[in-house]
Amino acid sequence: MTRTDFMQGNTACAEGALAAGCRFFGGYPITPSTEVAEHMARKLPKAGGVFIQMEDEIASMASIIGASWAGKRSMTATSGPGFSLMMENIGYAVMTETPCVVVNIQRGGPSTGQPTMSGQGDMMQCRFGSHGDYSVIALAPASVQEMFDLTAKAFNLSDRFRTPAFLMADEIIGHMREKLVIPDTVPMQGRKPLQQGVLPFHPDEDLVPGFPQFGKGYGVHVTGLTHDERGYPCATSPALHEELVKRLVNKIESHRDEIADYDVVNPDAETVFISYGVPARSVQQVLHDQKNPDVGHLRLKLVWPFPDSALRIFKNAKTFLVPELNLGQIAREVQRHTKNEVVMLPKLGGALHSPAELTTVLEGYL
Amino acid sequence: MTYQEWFREDRLPHIYCTGCGNGTVINCTLMAVDEMGWKKEDTAFISGIGCSSRAPGYIVTDSLHTTHGRALAFATGVKLGNPDLHVVVFTGDGDLAAIGGNHFIHACRRNIDLTVVCMNNQIYGMTGGQGSPTTPMGALSTTTPYGSAEPAFDLCELAMAAGANYVSRWTSYHVKELTRAVLTGMQTPGLSFIEALVQCPTNYGRRNKFKQVLDQVEFMRSHTVLIQKLKRMEEQGEKFPDPVIPVGEFVRRNRPALGVKV
Repeated sequence: MTRTDFMQGNTACAEGALAAGCRFFGGYPITPSTEVAEHMARKLPKAGGVFIQMEDEIASMASIIGASWAGKRSMTATSGPGFSLMMENIGYAVMTETPCVVVNIQRGGPSTGQPTMSGQGDMMQCRFGSHGDYSVIALAPASVQEMFDLTAKAFNLSDRFRTPAFLMADEIIGHMREKLVIPDTVPMQGRKPLQQGVLPFHPDEDLVPGFPQFGKGYGVHVTGLTHDERGYPCATSPALHEELVKRLVNKIESHRDEIADYDVVNPDAETVFISYGVPARSVQQVLHDQKNPDVGHLRLKLVWPFPDSALRIFKNAKTFLVPELNLGQIAREVQRHTKNEVVMLPKLGGALHSPAELTTVLEGYL
Repeated sequence: MTYQEWFREDRLPHIYCTGCGNGTVINCTLMAVDEMGWKKEDTAFISGIGCSSRAPGYIVTDSLHTTHGRALAFATGVKLGNPDLHVVVFTGDGDLAAIGGNHFIHACRRNIDLTVVCMNNQIYGMTGGQGSPTTPMGALSTTTPYGSAEPAFDLCELAMAAGANYVSRWTSYHVKELTRAVLTGMQTPGLSFIEALVQCPTNYGRRNKFKQVLDQVEFMRSHTVLIQKLKRMEEQGEKFPDPVIPVGEFVRRNRPALGVKV
């Protein structure tokens, strides 16, 4: 039965994971994400799952990859410094096509930065942080409800595309308390198993291979080295390496429109806010106050792969205003995809853009 | 079934140098697996990076060749994700004691039900012979050109102090003893750590006065003394080889173990 609750974003994230069938959590305490781990520690054992506090974030990331190969939906949660430590094993998950979910409750960086304050400074690290060329899937919740919904969705996307999926939240959404409607069931799209007789890294038409879970008799060899379709290391063939890396990228990039997830308000507007995560809340307030059909809003619930086709919905758009809690990481991505004027509205320090601040900027473009 | 059936034949020949001791350790481990009567589909081999860590690629079961130093953290996820799997970790001295040192002590502390076989060649073999945390003091390597100035780790003492249920050390000379030790490790719930000293003629031996492969094997034969015997010799003031390598079973106990299916 659907139930209504009032809870913190981080707790809602953990509830979303549990509802999606996550049965393994490996993590390490770090502000402001720790409540995710604490809730999983309480709930997972009762749900027949495993919670383990690892010795660091490197080990946390390793443990969820291991558990994924053992057949479990698995997750970790962290913040900036821990996210940095996870990078090598995130690349391993990409290369070995291991489904897993990484939650980053972003805080102010670089380094230890502002542990208790909000930020969105890890958006490009999420996209490019591990070495080599690759693509990722990253969601950006803007409410406690979306902490639940998008966490559950991250598991489906991760399994569907056999790639790590990121929930790029932030301290404000993580610690905010709001109404949450917990549905009876959440949509589930599991991994497609590897068919007998098919090589373990031979992709189907959608470029994603079936998953050869450990313990099922596949006898699969999994390596972070460049490998052929048998999974065997073959690290010196230029053609094989290029083919593999391009497939890892294209299996995500060629499905941009399928993966895209966003809300559109006033598609005929000339001046359009583009937001993701918590700044969307201030933008929503501005639009509510203005009641002006000439002010639009594209709210991205998913940032990577960047849903560039969404920009073209705003056919009359002349200006895109992009408020974000960093120095313009996604605004630059918007610039890559449009000839319109892109106005960066960066904000550092942990506080959110106030609706009044945004209104002042907006009035300069109306 | 014989242990040969566990090899992934289409991956052979292997990458190991002529005279390398790693193959002996793989054989001993597979002989122990075979004696355990484990099924291939219920067994997983996991490793990090280095010469030792290529071993799972030559075995026919599910296998995970991971990142440098992290094999035990990956193995923790696999074992807790499916406790029905028998999980064996192959690692080396650089992988386990340098970059993976933290995971090593915590896996031992947790006493998670894994069998960990460390091929200790006292050198970074794959990258061309750099000093490792188990390179003996005074030994030559490309990064200790004037002799290693650092004391070496005793991996077995470390595993024992950190809480592993079973700890033993043998060498590639002691094939029967090593096989039996791995077997006992597999039979013991909790973390079992088996250190296998191996010769590395390419990158250790030729820099350290072991001109022939057998010179280093002979050194391991003549400089190893059973732990209990060594203790007795020390007590009675008897002469023993210098340097001496204590071998045998360091500990076998029954601390509570993680990942054991009740």
